[in-house]
Amino acid sequence: MPGTVQSIERAAAILRMLAGGPGKLSLAEIARSLDLAKPTVHGILRTLQGVGFVEQDRVSGHYQLGAALLHLGTSYLDINELRSRSINWADPLAARSGEAVRIGTVLEGRVLVVHHVFRPDDTFQTLDIGTLMPLHATALGKVLLAYRSAALPPARDPFTHRTLTGERDLSAELTHVRDAGWAADIEEFTVGEAAIAAPIRGYGGLVVGAMGISGLVERICDSRYRPHARLVGIVRDAARAVSRDLGATR
Amino acid sequence: MTLGSRDRYVIAIDQGTTSTRCIVFDRRGQLVSLAQQEHKQYYPRPGWVEHDAMEIWRNVERLAPLALRRAGITLDQVAAVGIANQRETTVVWDRRTGVPIGRALVWQDTRTDALVTALLAKPGATAVQERSALPLATYFSGPRLRWMLDHTPGLQQRAERGEILFGTMETWLIWNLTGGLHVTDVTNASRTNLLDVHTLDWSPESLTFFGIPRAMLPEVRPSVSVFGTAAAAFPGVQIAAALGDQQAALFGQTCFTPGEAKCTYGTGSFLLLNTGTDLVRSQNGLLSTVAYQVAGSPAQYALEGSIAITGSLVQWFRDQLELIASAPEIETLARTVKDNGGCYIVPAFSGLYAPHWRSEARGVIVGLTSYITKGHLARAVLEATAWQTREVVDAMNESSGLTLKTLKVDGGMTADNLLMQYVADVLDVPVVRPLASETVSLGAAYAAGLAVGYWPDLEDLRHNWHRAGQWLPAMDAGLRAAEYGNWRRAVERTFDWIQPAG
Ligand SMILES: Nc1ncnc2c1ncn2[C@@H]1O[C@H](COP(=O)(O)OP(=O)(O)O)[C@@H](O)[C@H]1O
Ligand SMILES: [Mg+2]
Repeated sequence: MPGTVQSIERAAAILRMLAGGPGKLSLAEIARSLDLAKPTVHGILRTLQGVGFVEQDRVSGHYQLGAALLHLGTSYLDINELRSRSINWADPLAARSGEAVRIGTVLEGRVLVVHHVFRPDDTFQTLDIGTLMPLHATALGKVLLAYRSAALPPARDPFTHRTLTGERDLSAELTHVRDAGWAADIEEFTVGEAAIAAPIRGYGGLVVGAMGISGLVERICDSRYRPHARLVGIVRDAARAVSRDLGATR
Repeated sequence: MTLGSRDRYVIAIDQGTTSTRCIVFDRRGQLVSLAQQEHKQYYPRPGWVEHDAMEIWRNVERLAPLALRRAGITLDQVAAVGIANQRETTVVWDRRTGVPIGRALVWQDTRTDALVTALLAKPGATAVQERSALPLATYFSGPRLRWMLDHTPGLQQRAERGEILFGTMETWLIWNLTGGLHVTDVTNASRTNLLDVHTLDWSPESLTFFGIPRAMLPEVRPSVSVFGTAAAAFPGVQIAAALGDQQAALFGQTCFTPGEAKCTYGTGSFLLLNTGTDLVRSQNGLLSTVAYQVAGSPAQYALEGSIAITGSLVQWFRDQLELIASAPEIETLARTVKDNGGCYIVPAFSGLYAPHWRSEARGVIVGLTSYITKGHLARAVLEATAWQTREVVDAMNESSGLTLKTLKVDGGMTADNLLMQYVADVLDVPVVRPLASETVSLGAAYAAGLAVGYWPDLEDLRHNWHRAGQWLPAMDAGLRAAEYGNWRRAVERTFDWIQPAG
């Protein structure tokens, strides 16, 4: 191992201090206790604040542990916030692809639809925000599985004869998704339909959701039964645009 | 999203109450890139709301190159810039230095309360209201300008000598963009109490009534017309449209035909119904306003139901009560309970606007019991927006003689799924969101693109409108009636709170 990262060690020390001491601490107190320069500590505190691990009192300016630390195991991004932050990019994706758009996160071993934009053809459609879909049989779910936002569900029902249910098949598919940076489901959930999805990343690159389009297989796929490269490109562009707004660096 | 080709685009500047946005749109009216920046809200005293006009201009200067860079385009690919702005917010500045005199007084500011009462008692008050088709109220810019002239030593004299300029936000931005062009558009001018809505120019009688020197007012122009060429922010690009944000949203929703309506849910919420070339006067608390004017064509008018506080109640919940960390979390919190628990919040922070127009009203929370949690309060916050919409829709149906069959919505709050469902429930009509939630910006872009021939005509724009989401009413009629009754009783409890001075 090529040494350790000093700023991470210092961040850990600051978190321990805040967790150990009673009440809130000032910048000066923290700097003094750790024998570090104030600007150094301030920089680390600002970063920790940005990711929600530290909070600053509005009045006193003192620091304490942030709420996000208490929920480290659960999703850090509020689902309604995810919808608000992605709505501007979901609409152009629907317009450019001509297909319905959905954004999903994980809830209890399934994909929770957080946002849904109708296919822009003005036909009657029903909003399915709040509905649940299987992880292993959908493009959104495969993205969430591939980037470890969710564990492989033990029960994997076959929805069509093309659904991947075997552990080996699915693992190979997820490796492929990670390599490619996007996932597809081609008649694996519903016969006649296909979908493409890409990851939405938050700070540090953490995958916080998946965004994708779905529609009739003959519109999503080319004559070789593969998703159209153009559609894959615009799905990935849209997911990247949301990620950038959420603070992912790439 | 990077588009490599040499396509052309239209840019909108949406100078809103909470933030300023620069958005690049393509030929299909789709968003290509967005840059956004919030500005500081100043609340120096109860009822006072201010912005720093210089901060806002600097934001525009910073956002302009950012929006271009994010779109991967250069200035020569920009066909035109359009402006949509928060309305009625009042700025005065020094013609020579370009420095604002004090802060901008925001449309929610109620400091002109006593002044408006005094003005209403003056001879000629009825005629002023008749000519502007607006009530004399703290909401509009005219009284605000009078207040500034009264409370800044020497300002009246300097204004008379032509040293001081007045403007609403679009005027301020165009002045800075062009390096000194002093103009406004008919929609913004129609929100001052100073415009004659038929001649579409400043009324000399109304100016005399307010004691406002003509020399400080901008020239009134059609909304869809080339105002000038930018020297800053977008150097060399034509500024080809300016509209008040609510009129821009009506345009962006392509409500070009009489009878078409939309409601925009932002800081406040505003329902506008296109009434064509007829100016319809409402008997029940709606405003008559200019919807837009294309250069060389007659002005189109609208009926408007203005609600002062909707999204800003969510902001208050976030910033002042600190019960949530971000606005969308209001929905998460509201979903922790199944109903309002008997609690109602009427946010009469700036008095009540349409359809009540009670400037002396102040906010209440009623129905508090030990049972009430912050979840119930969050519900009550969202429900307040829905019930205020219901009151305005009822007034609109009565005034226009039409019955609203669906409600087209847009604005930041339409991301709130629980709220949109509740709006459909209490209105008992479907609520429809178009495939462009930034409709204010889109309207400004459409208007600017039309002015320079980027889009051929209104019909062409209509083809871009598609349904992106729809909420269908699902509330039991008995429950709806009971809840509406409770809401109305809650509203009555806000009345007569501020007592006349003396
Ligand atoms: N998910 C949400 N639920 C409720 N309110 C929201 C949500 N997202 C944003 N808002 C509110 O919407 C307003 C921002 O909308 P926007 O259209 O940008 O307003 P404006 O143009 O008036 O500045 C803010 O007042 C904010 O509190
Ligand atoms: Mg706005």
